[in-house]
Amino acid sequence: MVKVGIPRGLLYYSYFPLWRAFFTEMGAEVVVSPETNKAVLDAGLRSALDETCLPVKLFFGHVLALIGSVDYLLVPRLISVEPKAYICPKFMGLPDMLRARIPNLPPLIDVDVDFSRGTGNWENVLSSMGRLLAGDRRLIRQACRSAQAAQSLFQEQLEKGWLLPEALNGAAGERGTERPAPPPPGSGRLNIALLGHAYNIYDEYISMNLIERLRSMGAQVSTADLVPQSVIDEQAGTLPKKLFWTLGKKMIGAAFAFCDIRQFDGMIYLSSFGCGPESLVGELLARWAKRRRDIPFMPLTIDEHTGAAGLVTRLEAFTDMLLRREKG
Amino acid sequence: MKITYPHMGNLYIAVRALLVKLGLDPVLPPPTSRKTALLGVRHAPEFACFPLKLNLGNFLEAREMGADTVLMAGGIGPCRFGYYAEVEREILADLGVPMEMVVLEPPSGDWVTFKARARSLVGDCSWWQVLKAIRFAWYKARAVDALESKLLYLRPRLCEPLQLEAIYREALRRVDAAENRRGLDLAVGDFLKDIRGLPRKSGDLLRVGLVGEIFTVLEPYANYDIERHLGLLGVEVTRSIFLSEWINEHLFGGLLRVGGLDHLEETASPYLNAFVGGHGRETVGATVHFAGQGYDGVVQVAPFTCMPEIVAHSVLPAVTRDHGIPTLSFYLDEQSGVAGIVTRLEAFVDLLEARRKKRLKEGV
Repeated sequence: MVKVGIPRGLLYYSYFPLWRAFFTEMGAEVVVSPETNKAVLDAGLRSALDETCLPVKLFFGHVLALIGSVDYLLVPRLISVEPKAYICPKFMGLPDMLRARIPNLPPLIDVDVDFSRGTGNWENVLSSMGRLLAGDRRLIRQACRSAQAAQSLFQEQLEKGWLLPEALNGAAGERGTERPAPPPPGSGRLNIALLGHAYNIYDEYISMNLIERLRSMGAQVSTADLVPQSVIDEQAGTLPKKLFWTLGKKMIGAAFAFCDIRQFDGMIYLSSFGCGPESLVGELLARWAKRRRDIPFMPLTIDEHTGAAGLVTRLEAFTDMLLRREKG
Repeated sequence: MKITYPHMGNLYIAVRALLVKLGLDPVLPPPTSRKTALLGVRHAPEFACFPLKLNLGNFLEAREMGADTVLMAGGIGPCRFGYYAEVEREILADLGVPMEMVVLEPPSGDWVTFKARARSLVGDCSWWQVLKAIRFAWYKARAVDALESKLLYLRPRLCEPLQLEAIYREALRRVDAAENRRGLDLAVGDFLKDIRGLPRKSGDLLRVGLVGEIFTVLEPYANYDIERHLGLLGVEVTRSIFLSEWINEHLFGGLLRVGGLDHLEETASPYLNAFVGGHGRETVGATVHFAGQGYDGVVQVAPFTCMPEIVAHSVLPAVTRDHGIPTLSFYLDEQSGVAGIVTRLEAFVDLLEARRKKRLKEGV
């Protein structure tokens, strides 16, 4: 059985159900790298360029963890997943960076994902990937269908309020299951909107278990994945100029949408040191929150040196402040 | 309307010519300096790239001189430059600085909006006058490029490079002041005449290609005068990109078939096989190109956290491995110090020299 390795990093968090279903249906065995740990991160730090951001370094680590145990590595060149917007230059050069810096790399499945001109779709991308595995056409078509069904179920679960890891590990259950409703405002429990790239906030190691920590402080955590794409497009469309980073647009759109719903006590923006788009998107959000005056906003920056104690102190101070604000 | 615009090397000369010919009243901020950087750094996002910080400093300094409108270029990514104007507008608004932003976005098919925006800028000028103004600005950019490339070529070759720099500055001033084609041609012609008799050194020169992010390549403040330091160390520097190429590509949408960087996309393959924003692919392509031309080394400059250049830098070790060309990368921002940069340059030049000697010996 052909083994296809999927590194647990970057857009794994957005497209894993799609990719897993496709390759499984194609008759391949999908191997995911282990959850991030010190060894994975250290290997990434040694092999990636110092100047790259934490999630890219970590991705190198996950790729290294798969070498030797897979026949192919899935590293699509993610240029753009919607018209006139990109992901990030580092995603666009990812397969090239890996090839230049990691010896003995297994063959990469590095099909271009570029929907920036309004043409192209996942079906075409998956078909190209399928052809690399030399599958026959009917099988590819069928695998495409299962993949897209799996991905839309995943989206549905996210929009119903399940957190991404819950949707990935099956805790969200079958289609139609509603997540228990968040506590009402004023109940002494906080509703916190956590913004940040999925590959940062859901990686328990590099986010230092941020979501669990917030929960243990009595907070209900919601993320941008909850907000449907149409709402994000609409809200981010109020900016004077269209944002050309898909992930940045998601953060801005979700933040605006959360404030419209008005049931959030505070907002945390987690970004990684050296992230280009976030340096501007985070700035716009911080300025916007400051002008509104009604939504407490805390930016957090992580890198490979961050210590948990500093993070915990800031979280405690933030939640204490929110609770006091709610009482007053 | 008192309009200002950010500095990028000698770009101010071409833009000033354009605006004056359009009947506008440009306010040129003082050359980018330590003060500019401090102003920008105080108000810009900490992790924004260096050019944004310097832009902002330029605007605030121009404001002190009475400017009320800012002319900026735009773009649609994925490099951050395309969103600079949006962030800068918000920062100025929060600072209570009443400056209007006029952003020239590349006409992406939407000619109606583009025309309307251009019209708001050019006022009553006829399109013919606009065209003439653009053409004149273009000639100025070409004249600046001619002076700069001569300076880069001659600086390491002359016994008195400082004398050359003085002649160059005077020629630049005359190009800036020229009011018509004739004045331009005279300024360039006299420059070429003046430098002809200068006494030259003998001996072989090291040749280094300068690649990287365009603003950092073109703006001496942002690259801490790297071309000059290399030149004074006796190294001939060749740039991968010149001002007129940037203007053609960024503002004319590549309409003019001059110079052009297209061939660099081909030489970038197989190391970097996709557009990665900014000039990342050109950086890799130019490095391969310089290696093929027998250059001794390549120096890459980029702002700290510059995404396209980080991708390019990531693949450069593979270029070095295959083509045997040493590279040295600098990430620059307000924290950089000139002594550290010069030390690294000296070490690099020593290495290149030793390498060349070794090769000569092996050749014999």
